[in-house]
Amino acid sequence: MQGNTVSTQVEAKILATNKLIRNTYMLLAMTLVFSAVTATLSVFLRLPPMTYLLSLGGAIVLMWFVLPRTANSTSGIGVVFGITGLLGLGLGPLLSMYLSLPNGPQIVATALGGTGVIFFALSGYALTTRRNFNFMGGFLATGFLVVLAASLVNIFLGIPAFSLAISATVVMLMSGFLLYETSQMVHGGQDNYVLATVGLYMTIFNLFVSLLHLLGFASND
Amino acid sequence: MKIGSAILIGGMILLLFPNAKRMMKESPEAEKGDWEGFLVPIALVAAFVLLLMNLI
Repeated sequence: MQGNTVSTQVEAKILATNKLIRNTYMLLAMTLVFSAVTATLSVFLRLPPMTYLLSLGGAIVLMWFVLPRTANSTSGIGVVFGITGLLGLGLGPLLSMYLSLPNGPQIVATALGGTGVIFFALSGYALTTRRNFNFMGGFLATGFLVVLAASLVNIFLGIPAFSLAISATVVMLMSGFLLYETSQMVHGGQDNYVLATVGLYMTIFNLFVSLLHLLGFASND
Repeated sequence: MKIGSAILIGGMILLLFPNAKRMMKESPEAEKGDWEGFLVPIALVAAFVLLLMNLI
């Protein structure tokens, strides 16, 4: 009798985890398509570079002050589309800058493909091995704060090599975050697909922007 | 633009700091073999990025 109850509880947990993963990836796919649309629109409208800053600021306000209050309701989905739409819009000026380089389309396509390969490989690794990466939370959070502080300093120093080192570190950190966030869905720590989607989206966004920077440097343009 | 970026990043640090502190406190200890399971895929990502940088 007790065995049956335990077995039912285990089954319910597995079903809940599978549902969380399925919903997260479905919403993530939709938001990625949506932000691709807003980014394309932003490129065609030739929005000024300031758009990047304003969109990022707007997305952060939504993420920190609106999303926590709406994450458990259906309006949370609308907020997620607002965040990802804004971030896509902000990417426009950056993409326009890279696309204007002699081999710009190649750089953008490689960054996009590279981000996709890293995302699928690491998510697949975390999901199939079912390793628990929850122990990395503190390490990744500290690393991200250090990177932010370094970026803040480099705004005023403007050292290109330092900026490149920051981008390389962000790629490594975001790869770690991909493992951590996927592991949190599998092993507990994240049971809300709206919040899980925003976390994964931000990771992919940062990964793409940093990869774009590194590839732009490597192309000598 | 520089001032705006600095304000944005500074704000992010302020917002993230309490969360990061909590994550540092609440993170479980790594078990034997956990770090290898993390470092191997990260090293492969680094190699992949270097490959992309050479190909471009």
